[in-house]
Amino acid sequence: MASRAVYVHRDPMLKKRDDFEDILEERRHSSDLRYALKCYTPVLYKGLSPCRASELKSMVLQSDQLQYVINQVSKEMGRTAEEVQAEASTILDEMAHRLQISTVRFFAFTLSKIFKTLFRSICVNEEGIQRLQQAIHEHPVILLPSHRSYMDFLLMSYVLYTYDLSVPVIAAGMDFMGMKIVGEMLRMSGAFFIRRSFGGDKLYWAVFSEYVQIMVKSGFAPVEFFLEGTRSRTAKSLTPKLGLLNIVIDPFLKGEVFDISLVPVSISYERVLEEALYARELLGVPKPKESTSGLFKARKVLSEDYGSIHIYFGQPVSVRALAEGKVNRCQFNLTPRHIPRKPGEEIQSFVNDLAYRLVRSQEENMVLTPWVLLAFLLLQNQAVGNERGMSLDELTEQAAWVRDLSRQFGAFLHWPDQLPPSKVVSSSLSLHRGLVRISDGRVQLALEMPHSAMTSEEELLNRAVIILSCASYRNQALHLFIRPALLAVAIQAASSNKKQEVYNSFSFLWNMFSNEFILCPGAAVQDFEEACYLLVKSGALQISQQEILVSGRGHRTLAFLANILDPFLEGYQMVCRFLYEATEGLTEKQFVPAVRKFIIKHLLTGRLRYAEVLSSDLQKNALAALLRLGAVQKLKGCQGALKVNKVIVNSLEDTLGKKQAVSRSLNTHGLFLDLDKNSKLILVSVSQRRKAAHSEGSRRSTLIPTR
Amino acid sequence: MASNSSRGSSERHRIAQHRLSVIAGHLQRPLNGDTTIRATECKAQGTRPDVATEMKTVPRRRQEIMKWNGWGYNDSKFIYNKNGQAEFTGKRYRLSGMIIPGLRDWMESTFGATVQHKTPATPVLNTSAVQPPTLNEAFVEGIKSTGIPFSHDPEDRVFRSHGHCLHEIFPLREGKVGRVPDMVVWPKCHNDVVKTVELACKHNVCLIPFGGGTSVSSALECPPEETRSIVSLDTSQMNRVLWIDEKNLTAHVEAGIIGQDLERLLNESGYCTGHEPDSMEFSSLGGWVATRASGMKKNIYGNIEDLVVHIKMVTPRGVIEKSCQGPRMSTGPDVHHFILGSEGTLGVVTEVTMKIRPVPEYQKYGSVVFPNFEQGVACLREVARQRCAPASIRLMDNEQFQFGHALKPQVSSIFTSFLDGLKKFYITKFKGFDPSRLCVATLLFEGDREKVLQHEKQVYDIAAKFGGLAAGEDNGQRGYMLTFVIAYLRDLGMDYFVIGESFETSVPWDRVLDICRNVKARIVQECKDRGVQFQPLSTCRVTQTYDAGACVYFYFAFNYRGLSDPLHVYAQVEHAAREEILANGGSLSHHHGVGKLRKEWMRETVSDVGLGMLKSVKDYVDPNNIFGNRNLL
Ligand SMILES: Cc1cc2nc3c(=O)[nH]c(=O)nc-3n(C[C@H](O)[C@H](O)[C@H](O)COP(=O)(O)OP(=O)(O)OC[C@H]3O[C@@H](n4cnc5c(N)ncnc54)[C@H](O)[C@@H]3O)c2cc1C
Repeated sequence: MASRAVYVHRDPMLKKRDDFEDILEERRHSSDLRYALKCYTPVLYKGLSPCRASELKSMVLQSDQLQYVINQVSKEMGRTAEEVQAEASTILDEMAHRLQISTVRFFAFTLSKIFKTLFRSICVNEEGIQRLQQAIHEHPVILLPSHRSYMDFLLMSYVLYTYDLSVPVIAAGMDFMGMKIVGEMLRMSGAFFIRRSFGGDKLYWAVFSEYVQIMVKSGFAPVEFFLEGTRSRTAKSLTPKLGLLNIVIDPFLKGEVFDISLVPVSISYERVLEEALYARELLGVPKPKESTSGLFKARKVLSEDYGSIHIYFGQPVSVRALAEGKVNRCQFNLTPRHIPRKPGEEIQSFVNDLAYRLVRSQEENMVLTPWVLLAFLLLQNQAVGNERGMSLDELTEQAAWVRDLSRQFGAFLHWPDQLPPSKVVSSSLSLHRGLVRISDGRVQLALEMPHSAMTSEEELLNRAVIILSCASYRNQALHLFIRPALLAVAIQAASSNKKQEVYNSFSFLWNMFSNEFILCPGAAVQDFEEACYLLVKSGALQISQQEILVSGRGHRTLAFLANILDPFLEGYQMVCRFLYEATEGLTEKQFVPAVRKFIIKHLLTGRLRYAEVLSSDLQKNALAALLRLGAVQKLKGCQGALKVNKVIVNSLEDTLGKKQAVSRSLNTHGLFLDLDKNSKLILVSVSQRRKAAHSEGSRRSTLIPTR
Repeated sequence: MASNSSRGSSERHRIAQHRLSVIAGHLQRPLNGDTTIRATECKAQGTRPDVATEMKTVPRRRQEIMKWNGWGYNDSKFIYNKNGQAEFTGKRYRLSGMIIPGLRDWMESTFGATVQHKTPATPVLNTSAVQPPTLNEAFVEGIKSTGIPFSHDPEDRVFRSHGHCLHEIFPLREGKVGRVPDMVVWPKCHNDVVKTVELACKHNVCLIPFGGGTSVSSALECPPEETRSIVSLDTSQMNRVLWIDEKNLTAHVEAGIIGQDLERLLNESGYCTGHEPDSMEFSSLGGWVATRASGMKKNIYGNIEDLVVHIKMVTPRGVIEKSCQGPRMSTGPDVHHFILGSEGTLGVVTEVTMKIRPVPEYQKYGSVVFPNFEQGVACLREVARQRCAPASIRLMDNEQFQFGHALKPQVSSIFTSFLDGLKKFYITKFKGFDPSRLCVATLLFEGDREKVLQHEKQVYDIAAKFGGLAAGEDNGQRGYMLTFVIAYLRDLGMDYFVIGESFETSVPWDRVLDICRNVKARIVQECKDRGVQFQPLSTCRVTQTYDAGACVYFYFAFNYRGLSDPLHVYAQVEHAAREEILANGGSLSHHHGVGKLRKEWMRETVSDVGLGMLKSVKDYVDPNNIFGNRNLL
């Protein structure tokens, strides 16, 4: 059960966080023009002088790494080295940033204007800025912001400019290049562009990784990219992508720099600009292509109040310190370092752990507003079919209760304690007028009333937009509750209150949902312990050597937590059901539209409680989990046709559906779901199970009885 | 011609005279041998040596001329004089008797080491602190009957219980003595060694060969777990040049001879070996063989393994030697390579035939200043690529460059402070170079005059391509002087709370810059993490070039005021630095050897099988671990 996860388990109450400073405050009182033209002399890495874009280009093209690959490609493809070199140069031109201070100043000016109209404040932790400044001076720095909005990287550069730090160079997706002017503007403000997929293109990969690594090594500006790869449409953190992280830490592993500082940055929006856009996208209204005019239109629509933004610069993470004892750097001693090599297992698992650790620290430093907590309550209330909504008093009482719980779990909650809770609640609600309706002192989600002109499907989708928007706020705090919530469901599902039984059922759920939430691979045991710790501390559980007991006041807590997972359990169940019934030859491409149709049908019959299960994000995550667990397989060479193991999918659906313990005698087939050595789901008979449990002792930890 | 014509030999004599004066350039020695003892002819030796051995530097009682708890000669050390200025005492060296005005400032600004905070060493050895010897009576009787001189005097024993690692010297300064040999023997020739080894085997006594005592790998330390009587076999009295063969240009020499005596004696006949490790004043031929030593002029003469033609070693199994002196053989693995680097674990090297060369006609120092270390390394790499390295070429980083300046002796009566001097230097000569980044390469050319000048031009032309500017002979010479006095400087440091040491590695060319940067940074970081209150000195130089890589030498020192266990902190930092070296593709050692200090890394360095091979040789040659210093394996 040992795990090599990097993060440590700390008391969340002891987490100390910095104070914030509003940087718009000064903008409102002094000239934006003067600000844009201010004297700007950022600190550089150990006093290096900045390197011009053209020098950078020739450094990349002449590097041993790239030359090696150019020769290789030219031999393999039978092309001359000059041709390949020219291609590399074209790739680089398409990719490279052309950072210009004048463009940065232009943005500083215009963004000041825009931000002041959109936002009440942009709050930054200045201690974090000081740490960053120190880090930039000492080592190459990689900035890793969370990604919830297009605003993110404009904001980042804006903040760094404001504090006289070097503006970063930013890895951006090619899709921006569709917007001609904006694309070029971004390029001149430090963005460099990467194709979304370049699978087997060796040359592209070599140019790209060398370009990034030279920027890291020369350290003239922090390199910025999004660990999550893309904007999270759900406000939940996405499973980190490892490609770029691998590239940027490579210079450290190869000894080309002494250390690299990774700085996680958490950007929390009180209201996300793309709120409704995201919900539509998740529901299958196709994503509008990012075009310049589209952005301007959006800009017009957005003459609204978007509240505050909080940007928290986390503690810089030293790659050296974390790699100590985990990666043996001698592995690079015996081949020239410029010959590309796939990272070995040791490095892969290190980078993976590192990535999760960083995403978790992004999560931890996200500022939560009271509205986020209200979203939990309003969604839960809506789901129980309460048509009349909640009274304001009731909502306030419950909000205060959730506030206390979340604080016990270490939330970074901005709840103005000086105001009476009712005030806090009503002002939160007013900022989100589009999502809630208050009438007769009762609050509910602003779902449209049945309307004769609409088909019932349209009506359903309209309601779903509101629900998914609201869910995206709830999701901001999911990381806080996810482990205790998994435990709460596990306690309900376990056949006894024996610790081992509860753990088994926890571990099953944990495995099931590790594509949905940020759960570090291999860390089930730590997560279980963390959940136990939090629930004991909050007084909900008592845990002895062998048993887990729910305390008197624990029932409310556990019910609240278990409810959080309900929509996900229902969604995964529906996906299983769908796959069980799916006809042969279903491809991965067809999956989302087909499962959506299937779910809409079921929602319309009124048998499902959660419109949230319409989220394509959830559906894709469920499929990914089933693929990972081997319940579904992708057939090679059949255009991504999926092969479903119907027996397993069927028993999974059953297992996910039951919240009450099912005693073993009830198993009609006498079969158990289990994980084999490669973490794939299998069904085993009682006797096999017993034998296995006997011979392998405690390794078997995921046994879930099935009907 | 069977013998040299008289003209030839007088010419050679003239060159030798010149050569002597050149050596005296960086290394002056006493010309009267009042403190030396006369080597009596070894009775067991049949032939008379054909080279006079009148003056020998190392007496049996080393304490008569050398420090017991510091480096080098008793009469030579750095002190702060009455006026608070740094001065080097004695008469032996160029620097002797001179005032070094910049040194005190440098000590203060580099380490925060001030004159007020003093940590003087215990002046005399308190012999009662030395454990009484565990003697093996039968062995003692045996030695007595052979007539080989021996002693169990505490001072003699303490002197042979250590090399010059910081953790060996530091406790001695505080009067602390650990496990020391129980007895010292001074064989005078090969046969004496054979008898001694036979007796040791017969009576199960642990033997530790002792050459010049300059080990920096804990190789001479007595293993504390050793329960047998430990006998130090001091080779210093086996110090004759037995013959010189001018036809083949070889000399046959007893292994206890120390570097400066060997060079001096050969110089008298117009020859040299050209093997000049920085420790050559004290280290011995046998020690070089046993540690695979490297001399600064290896580019011309080769390292010790290139220089030896024949080796004789006495082991518990008997004597090992080759049957002829062929210049190269294909007779299986070269058995010399079991001996080279054996670090006293297999037996005693007693006699060596070495290559010799005529003393070069002309010698010239030089130096080049580079705008930064990167350019300097690129230049050295190019010099190596073109295989035109001078006798010695060394590249010091910026810190060492500044250090070199701090060691400038006062020459004129007009006092110029260190900083003024520096400033003037930059303004007049190296405008445009950043004084906090520039670095300097020191050069030593040797050969006949014309060729030296030609060679010099070639090297300076290459340097110019890398932005290097010639910076004069003076800077070059001072660079080399520094390496001879640096060991003395450590004693001054220790008088004022500063401890430090050097260590080295070898590394492929493409990793030189990375290893230098990372190891220096690691040292700084480790010091900080371990509570060192002052910024440490963490500096390096590239000291040797090869076709495929270079030797890098690090100096590391810090002010330990405020630390309760400075030695432990020091050891931890050095350990971390070595880990860093290995992680950056550096070797465990280029020339200092493994000893006990670095043996924890031997397995990963040579692989399981490699270690097994070495072990099986040890098991065969010395099954009872008579040579029980426990180095290496
Ligand atoms: C200031 C200073 C500068 C140095 N510079 C250099 C340098 O430039 N190049 C370099 O290579 N090293 C250098 N060293 C390291 C040291 O001088 C060498 O390792 C040297 O070869 C040791 O010789 P020694 O005679 O002093 O041996 P010792 O220190 O007496 O012994 C070293 C080891 O060799 C064994 N040994 C000694 N003699 C014999 C023998 N006859 N037969 C078998 N085993 C024997 C001993 O048992 C011991 O294990 C330096 C050391 C110091 C302190």
